[in-house]
Amino acid sequence: MAKSIDVSDLDIYYGDFKAVEGVNMTVKARSVTAFIGPSGCGKSTVLRSLNRMHEVIPGARVEGKVLVGGQSLYDEGVDPVAVRRQIGMVFQRLNPFPTMSIYENVIAGNRLNNKRMKKSEADTIVERSLRGANLWEEVKDRLNKPGMGLSGGQQQRLCIARAIAVEPQILLMDEPCSALDPISTSAIEDLIHELKSDYTIVIVTHNMQQAARVSDDTAFFNLKATGQPGRLVEFNSTRQMFANRTRRPPRPTSRAGSAEPPLGQGVTSASSR
Amino acid sequence: MTTPIITRPPTERAALPLTTPQLPALAPLLAALMAGGLALLAGLLLAWPWVAMVVLGWWLYLVVLPTWSLLLEGRRKAVDRLMTGLVWSTFALAMLPLVSLIWQVLVRGLPALNGQFLTYSMRNVIGEGGGIYHAIIGTTLITGLATLISVPVGILCAIYLVEYSAGGRIARAVTFLVDVMTGIPSIVAGLFAYALFVLILGPGVRMGFGGAVALSVLMIPIVVRATEEMLKLVPDELREASYALGVPKWRTIVKVVLPTALSGIVTGVTLAIARVAGETAPLLIIAGATTSVNWNPFAERMATLPVFIFSSITEQGRYPEAQTERAWGAALVLIIIVMSLNLIARVVGRVFAPKTGR
Repeated sequence: MAKSIDVSDLDIYYGDFKAVEGVNMTVKARSVTAFIGPSGCGKSTVLRSLNRMHEVIPGARVEGKVLVGGQSLYDEGVDPVAVRRQIGMVFQRLNPFPTMSIYENVIAGNRLNNKRMKKSEADTIVERSLRGANLWEEVKDRLNKPGMGLSGGQQQRLCIARAIAVEPQILLMDEPCSALDPISTSAIEDLIHELKSDYTIVIVTHNMQQAARVSDDTAFFNLKATGQPGRLVEFNSTRQMFANRTRRPPRPTSRAGSAEPPLGQGVTSASSR
Repeated sequence: MTTPIITRPPTERAALPLTTPQLPALAPLLAALMAGGLALLAGLLLAWPWVAMVVLGWWLYLVVLPTWSLLLEGRRKAVDRLMTGLVWSTFALAMLPLVSLIWQVLVRGLPALNGQFLTYSMRNVIGEGGGIYHAIIGTTLITGLATLISVPVGILCAIYLVEYSAGGRIARAVTFLVDVMTGIPSIVAGLFAYALFVLILGPGVRMGFGGAVALSVLMIPIVVRATEEMLKLVPDELREASYALGVPKWRTIVKVVLPTALSGIVTGVTLAIARVAGETAPLLIIAGATTSVNWNPFAERMATLPVFIFSSITEQGRYPEAQTERAWGAALVLIIIVMSLNLIARVVGRVFAPKTGR
């Protein structure tokens, strides 16, 4: 079910402003890829371009190619709604639907898409998704209570359950733990480890340790100065990126490779936030 | 006369005192009594009307208490007492007309209320008796039709403005026109509806539906404004969460955005209904007045509560007392209708409000 993502020569614009330029990378299927880098360098923008959420913002557009399992996302005639059904997303802000109960939140993806299903079928999906998000034991007795009544960590796991209930092939996570305490964060990280066997996961994080803990590959984004477009500086396996810091930095995969800041400097400046 | 010389360590002397002199808790009451007494005295001596005494007492209170406070407590507390006095007295001033209005309507309207008053029309009634059944029906039909017209138009317009327009030129033009429409005098709306139906059906036309059209001209901008504000309050995260599940935009609006904003929209719509339910001028022009029950809004004149009140007072004929009593009764019924609409809106709003409890 899980698919790989190939990104080539991706430029992303907000109106006339070029936010990201020249991104090339390959995200392997059934792996966790972390995007790291300072604020405003385009990590989230790249992530959002992977399921065409980017264009929800007025004036935003994309140039270049994104292939998911060999299929181009930005060809003519590709329906962004169909793309998003296959590529789920979890956001930084906790956003369970406030008018819905826990049960309705999980099944929302199916219900909102007007899929007719039997009660037993829906029950199965809800239980499977909540178990998948490690939330079932905590909420099984209060499925009809509002989703907003859960704690922050539970709400985020509810959002993950909602995202995996529609059985996507890829799961994008935009700083899923930034609003959570360490215990909830650890719960989400454990969950990411488990989900890895079924899904391709891309996660944006500001937390270097988290990137080191959960990811197989890491992409480091940076920008030369404010107002300049962000670029992918390095894409490598997490072990290499975090372990071999004393050696010469590996060759950057980005095309404009000569003017990079030294790797160590970039990482420390990002982690000091 | 030997006063002990107290020497304190410099750190203690430098520390700011945490307690300052305070007026007694009863100070506002004392000041009010004093100001009131002075005003009463001055008023009686100079034979002023009581309004002047109240104003003088109010003014004296606003001078006496802050001055006292300034002498004892300092500037900040004095300003606080002045502002507190101002806020409370203006609040009382604002409540005064409302309370006295409701009191008057209750006192004068309640005697008129009885079974006959609510279930009989004015057909063939001269003098005592009769009722406002025909006007209640007219108001309900016309306001209901106006709601049926303006709620879909208003909500769809607001959805366009917030969800689809992306701040383009059309959106700005629509917003401007809506703002202009909010300020249209109701008589102009009535003339517009009248002119429209004269064009279609010929001169001298009178029908309830025309009144509904006139009222919806007044209602639409209110509904648009209220809905627009509510839709803007729905966080973008919810829309994105829905898009990320592969839900199309229109379905996101119908199933996520509108339910989240529903309580506010319902409140806005009810306020709009309450606002137009009491309109007189446009209905006077296009719906006219009659003494009979008329169930058909598409033909003939139709009585409404505001117009009934208006004509009972202006055309009193030979039985002015009966007419006046019926006018007050109708006013009470109109207020009850509007108030119960507000209550219903609150209940509905609470039922639909996003749930946060455990």
